[in-house]
Amino acid sequence: MAEQMMAADGRTLKSSLNRALRRQKLRAMLLIAPLLLFIMLTFVIPIGQMLFRSVENQIVGNTIPRTVQELASWDASIDPLPHEAVYAAFAKDMAIAVEERRHTRLGSRLNYELAGISSQFRRSGRDVSDMGAVYTEQFVALDPVWEDPATWTTLMADPDWIAELAAWDGDGAEPAFVVSEAAQDALPQTADIYSDFARVTQETNNRSPTTVQPWNVVYAALYEDLTTGPAPQIDSVPAELLQDAATAAQGFATEDFRAAFLDSSNGWGDTRIWQTIQTFSAPYTAGYFLNSIDMQMTPDGVVMVPENQQIYVKLFIRTLIMSLTIMGACILLGYPVAWMLANLPSRQANLMLILVLLPFWTSLLVRTSAWKVLLQQQGVINDLLVWIGLVSDANRLTMINNATGTVIAMTHILLPFMILPLYSVMKTIPPSYLRAAKSLGATNWTAFWRVYFPQSVPGIGAGSILVFILSIGYYITPEIVGGTSGIFISNRIAYHISSSLNWGLAAALGTILLVVVMALYWAYDRIVGIDNVKLGG
Amino acid sequence: MSSLPIYATTGQKIWHYTFRVIVGLILFFLIAPILIIIPLSFNAESFFTFTPAMLALDPDGYSLRHYRDFFTNQDWIQPLKNSLIIAPFATIISVSLGTLAAIGLSQSHVPYRRTIMAILISPMIVPLIISATGMFFFYSQMGLWMEDNLGFSRAFSGYIKVIMAHAALGIPFVIITVTATLVGFDQSLTRAAANMGATPTQTFFKVQMPLILPGVISGGLFAFITSFDEVVVVLFVGAAAQKTLPWQMFTGLREQISPTILAAATVLVAVSVLLLATVEILRRRSERLRGLSPS
Repeated sequence: MAEQMMAADGRTLKSSLNRALRRQKLRAMLLIAPLLLFIMLTFVIPIGQMLFRSVENQIVGNTIPRTVQELASWDASIDPLPHEAVYAAFAKDMAIAVEERRHTRLGSRLNYELAGISSQFRRSGRDVSDMGAVYTEQFVALDPVWEDPATWTTLMADPDWIAELAAWDGDGAEPAFVVSEAAQDALPQTADIYSDFARVTQETNNRSPTTVQPWNVVYAALYEDLTTGPAPQIDSVPAELLQDAATAAQGFATEDFRAAFLDSSNGWGDTRIWQTIQTFSAPYTAGYFLNSIDMQMTPDGVVMVPENQQIYVKLFIRTLIMSLTIMGACILLGYPVAWMLANLPSRQANLMLILVLLPFWTSLLVRTSAWKVLLQQQGVINDLLVWIGLVSDANRLTMINNATGTVIAMTHILLPFMILPLYSVMKTIPPSYLRAAKSLGATNWTAFWRVYFPQSVPGIGAGSILVFILSIGYYITPEIVGGTSGIFISNRIAYHISSSLNWGLAAALGTILLVVVMALYWAYDRIVGIDNVKLGG
Repeated sequence: MSSLPIYATTGQKIWHYTFRVIVGLILFFLIAPILIIIPLSFNAESFFTFTPAMLALDPDGYSLRHYRDFFTNQDWIQPLKNSLIIAPFATIISVSLGTLAAIGLSQSHVPYRRTIMAILISPMIVPLIISATGMFFFYSQMGLWMEDNLGFSRAFSGYIKVIMAHAALGIPFVIITVTATLVGFDQSLTRAAANMGATPTQTFFKVQMPLILPGVISGGLFAFITSFDEVVVVLFVGAAAQKTLPWQMFTGLREQISPTILAAATVLVAVSVLLLATVEILRRRSERLRGLSPS
């Protein structure tokens, strides 16, 4: 075997070269890494989160977990209304949600699916604190110590927490409440709701469970626990306390939570409300995507929304058609300019290029305001037309707040993005080809159409995709000059973000738009290559 | 095309001039809307059109009142200040990180080069409304986190959010211009410098940087104008305290306030003319330096 070549440090040349290559790669990666991290944090993760938000629906399961669990076994085709346990669970969930002020948020979420739910939640949110008061009154009448918050903490709290609380110096937040295992075993339902009560009291209301009397639903849960099993035993309180309560509870008057809710708002007697909650109780949903193509998830399956509410498909189609119109207008207007630029002597071409670049560099808002000023009914163009006599003063043209306004203004704004790639392609087409075609007998038109045009097609492709990608996601210009008939899907996204606050739908619409743009981007990369994007000629 | 041969037929002559007229009209369509707002901004009345007095070239028809309003009214000064705070910081971040990454990307052995490039360019390709939507969700949480954990005031964290968002939007422009400059960069120059005993830092600042500087500056100008012009993202990410000039113009246009917008627009046109001139000069200088352009 031939002797291996050695580098100066005694390694083989091969491994030495490999090492150098590795080091070079590492150095390149180190230079790129900070920016990559920055873009990941400031751009890629936010976009990813938006994609996630378009299917995320955890609000229902997080806000009313007990109700969702109870509701799972309900079948609307057998019982028109859920049984009492669902309403009891709902009372507990609502008691927590109301304290944390989350019930209205859930109401607005479900309102997207069934109009009117939101007001049910608001109305019952005010009444829910009184539900179960019957139990509280009876326990307190039996023994006034039940009114004392300290009884409850002694009964429920973990001994370690009590010790921790005693040692706490009053500085900062109180130690977070811990429920005792004994209470969890003996009084499972009470322990469950009481720990939520303690958590909300500490976290949301900044008070201590040792000084606040529990909610009525906690007493209701205690009643449930005491009546379902044998009298429980918990060592931290005197045995008679629970024993007496258990015996007395057998004779307590009870409260019907279903009746209480129906009393508060008779909407809770509507099967559809519960079906909607049941349908949307999963943590992830396709509901927003269905909404963005004018469909709806209902208890009976996926259906189209009523005819008069179908807007998104129409809007997507309009966005596509208007973007194509703008793209076409840009090709028509951009081609002659690019041709002229490519065929003028370089000094004149540079001068002309500046005329193209000036709008490109001018603020978008400036150009949009210019069009707003020009296209108005009392604006410069109408004034000019009236002055010439083309239109009468009474019939001034409406060129703004409609699709015409959007197309004119956006063609103007995006035209440089068509001219520049066209120009850079046309610059590379040798003029001698045209001369050759003509000397072979082609007419001007044939020479252009058969020889020059095919060579300029890559430029048209690049410019078109660029213009189309840009126009499909435009927001500012349609918002200002588009009125209602000239707006794009992006205006609807902005509306859902800032006005209707239906963020899930905004995210779903955004995701669909993103997919379209990414497909075009991929095509652009295939045809032109992202590395070849040129700016300013 | 440049000039008509003497043997051209009448038809060819007609077409030649018609074509020039058509191109002239298209260029007029491109430029006129921008130019027309300049005289309109000197309107003495609060109209968005030429008054009879202006058409008669009567000096009384013109005034500087809208400019006076622009430079004294707090509604415009504060946004102008905000724009002048946000854009430079965003530019500095984009340029420093972007230049380093472009240098890294231009080396010969970079794994996953295409993917990295695609990610870095994506802020330019993804429609602003989508970027803004994504950022709206994420940045509001980030702002709360900064206020709670770093003790920033609401206004300060607001500026940080907008600056970061704008820096992300400006980065593709820096990457594109700097990589384009680096294509013409002779790598043997850095080896020569290293050979003569320069440290990597010295090589970077004394050899590489001066040569790619035109590209870096024009990338920076692109990043600056991106931030200075941007309205969608700031609308979603920023709070009223971060209101920028384009934002103020946008609300003004939507709610039809006053022709002060035209004064603001004229000032912005002046800024863009300045920037365009700088970029053009730099581009020509860079081409001359690299011997790419004969002119």
